[in-house]
Amino acid sequence: MFQLFKFNGGVKPPGNKAQSVGQPSATAPLPARLVVPLHQNIGGTPRPVVKAGDRVLKGQLIGEADGWISAAVHAPTSGMVRDIGAYVQPHPSGLSAVSVVIEPDGREEWIERQPVDYRNLPTDAVQTAIRQAGIVGLGGAAFPTHGKTTPAKGVPMEELIINGGECEPYITCDDILMREQGEGIVRGTAIIRDLMQPKKVLIGIEDNKPEAIAAMRAAVAACGENFDVVAVPALYPAGSAKQLTRMLTGKEVPVGKRSTDIGTQCFNVGTVYAVWRALALGEPLIDRMITVTGNVEHPRNWRAPIGMPIADLLALGGPKADTDGVILGGPMMGFVAPDLTVSTVKATNCLIARSRTLFPPAPPEMPCIRCGECARACPQDLQPFEMYWFSRARNFGKTQEYHIFDCIECGCCSFVCPSRIPLVQYFRFAKSEIWAREGDKKAANSAKERFEYKKAREEREKAEKAEKLAKAAAAQAAKKAAEAAATGDSLPVTTPTADDAEAAKKAAIAAAMERAKAQRAAVQPRNTDALNADQQHAIDAVEARRLQAGLETPAADNENPSS
Amino acid sequence: MTLSSPYVLKETSVTWVMTQVCLALLPGIAVYTWVIGPAILIQLALASLAALAGEAAMLKIRGKPLNLFLTDGSALLTGWLIALTFPPLSPWWLIVVGTLFAIVVAKQLYGGLGQNPFNPAMIAFAASIVSFPALMSQWPSQDMHLGLVEHLRIVFGLSPHLDSLTAATPLDALKTGLKLGEEAGASVAGLLANAQTFGHVGGRGWEWITLAYLIGGLWLCLRRIITWHVPASFLAAVVVLSGALWLYDPREFANPLFHLFSGGVMLGAFFIATDPVTCASTPRGKLIFGAGCGLLAYVIRVFGGYPDGVAFAVLFLNICAPLISLLTQPPVFGAKGRN
Ligand code: SF4
Ligand code: SF4
Repeated sequence: MFQLFKFNGGVKPPGNKAQSVGQPSATAPLPARLVVPLHQNIGGTPRPVVKAGDRVLKGQLIGEADGWISAAVHAPTSGMVRDIGAYVQPHPSGLSAVSVVIEPDGREEWIERQPVDYRNLPTDAVQTAIRQAGIVGLGGAAFPTHGKTTPAKGVPMEELIINGGECEPYITCDDILMREQGEGIVRGTAIIRDLMQPKKVLIGIEDNKPEAIAAMRAAVAACGENFDVVAVPALYPAGSAKQLTRMLTGKEVPVGKRSTDIGTQCFNVGTVYAVWRALALGEPLIDRMITVTGNVEHPRNWRAPIGMPIADLLALGGPKADTDGVILGGPMMGFVAPDLTVSTVKATNCLIARSRTLFPPAPPEMPCIRCGECARACPQDLQPFEMYWFSRARNFGKTQEYHIFDCIECGCCSFVCPSRIPLVQYFRFAKSEIWAREGDKKAANSAKERFEYKKAREEREKAEKAEKLAKAAAAQAAKKAAEAAATGDSLPVTTPTADDAEAAKKAAIAAAMERAKAQRAAVQPRNTDALNADQQHAIDAVEARRLQAGLETPAADNENPSS
Repeated sequence: MTLSSPYVLKETSVTWVMTQVCLALLPGIAVYTWVIGPAILIQLALASLAALAGEAAMLKIRGKPLNLFLTDGSALLTGWLIALTFPPLSPWWLIVVGTLFAIVVAKQLYGGLGQNPFNPAMIAFAASIVSFPALMSQWPSQDMHLGLVEHLRIVFGLSPHLDSLTAATPLDALKTGLKLGEEAGASVAGLLANAQTFGHVGGRGWEWITLAYLIGGLWLCLRRIITWHVPASFLAAVVVLSGALWLYDPREFANPLFHLFSGGVMLGAFFIATDPVTCASTPRGKLIFGAGCGLLAYVIRVFGGYPDGVAFAVLFLNICAPLISLLTQPPVFGAKGRN
């Protein structure tokens, strides 16, 4: 029997998974247009290598990976590039980013697919092939996969973990993939295994997916591998890499370190499947499994091209009349799509049609009663109510003392809070505030440095100029004196000496410094009015960000310690 | 609509939590009524009314939404705890004044729900016992069996024969008995053998009420409304300290069972010290908090000037709670690997 470990906390939200696994997955029909963002990965933004008017083939490179931590982007189908421009992204911010718009021609004409002989290639060549195929973590993190396949120096790789946890309610894309593509997943796992040479390979699946567990066991046996398929208790967030690693190995990834530092690494099942397709079939990552569920007539998993507008995907499910929005991702960590024109990206795993009945509005927020439910539910062993208190008071230093950056935003704390406090929302706000301030500080620092540098240079130049002038004047005077002496004139003349030149130089420098001082005084705010305006500006910026973070709804009480 | 995830929430609310605690008090209240008489029901009604009225008035003055906060159940719970800790035959105004003081001063003036540093019910108890020591020590004698009408008359001051009906609490009786009997060589064992006053373990009748509190409290633990830490360490501290002294000199000190089942220990351990707002917040902190309450309650009870020490012990530990929490922060996930 495999020995499992526990992590603290965790919650059991209703699964709502059965709806979408009632039937096998299907391939989504091609939409009228695909909007493929270039920056779908953590790391460098891929550079576009096509232009409007180009014809592209299915699988053709359209965005070239920029830097090592970056992943290429490919055309999901054959057709015409209609535009390369800024389009709204499937991100809570609703910001736009450069995307390639492709109008499919319906012919699905592939590029020449070239399988990679990964068994006989050196490690870096295989990694490059994975990078070229545009593979990123499909569990949601979108970190370029090849970048995770190098073991830490001096730390032997113990366990390679394949994450089939899928703990979020509603989402079943990994479940269905494991049921249908078990062998592909196992073969993809073997590729990573060969790259990283771990002692064991563990495939962790929540025990609420018995079909997937059976399918994976069968696939492992069929491929003749010795991977352990381990059923882990269904406890959200068991599918989070850190928590799954803890359950399977008993090891906790130390804060601020990578999992390879403790000899583990974790990949999502969809990711390793994509690796296998890329290397064995020569098909880059151009589509993925997406669950369409929630308030729809026909919940189901669709193999959909990357860049499919979510309105088209939603239509496949047949949204019910009272649908009032779409949640991208799961209900615990997902976000509401800024609008239905946004399209899917590599990280999009689920689309939940929302209605007031399925997701009733949150009840009014009450003051924290310090019951500690949130702390008991937190899988990261944090004290959410303390972080909440200090986020609210905008005492961000304190939130950091309470380890706010260890928060994985899993939502367990908000889920259990009897006072219905949207805790995670406060943490997102606090984190973005801290980032913004760090950014401001850096920007201010570099601006200040630039200014000082420029000033110093100008002063040096001025001083040099003054020195030249003084030298010239001295030379002039010396010449005159020499002439006078030559003519025998006995007029007393002041002979400029080296000392005089020195004095002139000093005077010039002093003058320059005086000017600089005056300038500095002019630049620096001297009255409180200016200071207040500055502060006001900062405060306004904070308010604006607070609004964006969705915190404008006043709490039921106004016990803000800072007000 | 919720703006940011999670979009699903567990079915729970402050009202639900408070209701569970009130429910857990019901067995205790039932036995109390059966043993002592209906006076406790009158006091509960008075305290509830005073608590809700005080809360409503303060919410109104502070401009807070009435229906949201009045229905959260916290004021009601405070009222109930006050009723259960005050002498049941005390005059009506005593409990009303005490409850209003708890709600208005100890809770609302500090900012209302969740903001009060001290347990409001214990503030009410402490303030009353300091201000009205005589009234606060008039406990009904076990031998009177009066009906609802008589109790109503007593509570509302219509019946003058209070003194003849009251008796010392077992704790009081023990303390006074020991003092009086110092020369006569009275021992705890001898005094406790008087079943008229002391019943089987902790005071006749009271031991059954206490047992009902214990059952209600265990139910709260099982349902995870409260964690086991505070009650366990509270009771353990009482047992260890009283046990050590009892072993040292059984003539001077009562046995642990007596201390567990008399006075406010059981109610305090499960229902009062566990108040989340005023308790330490970390698991280890809760253990320290509970143990501190238990030790101090025993020390005040046995060596101090008051018959019972639970209220003062809890209030003292309330002061220490923030510091205890701060010093007992558990390591975060992955902290073990940190250097
Ligand atoms: S669960 Fe809510 S009410 Fe309880 S301590 Fe946490 S934040 Fe406060
Ligand atoms: S969202 Fe953060 S604080 Fe809340 S339970 Fe998850 S990790 Fe803990």
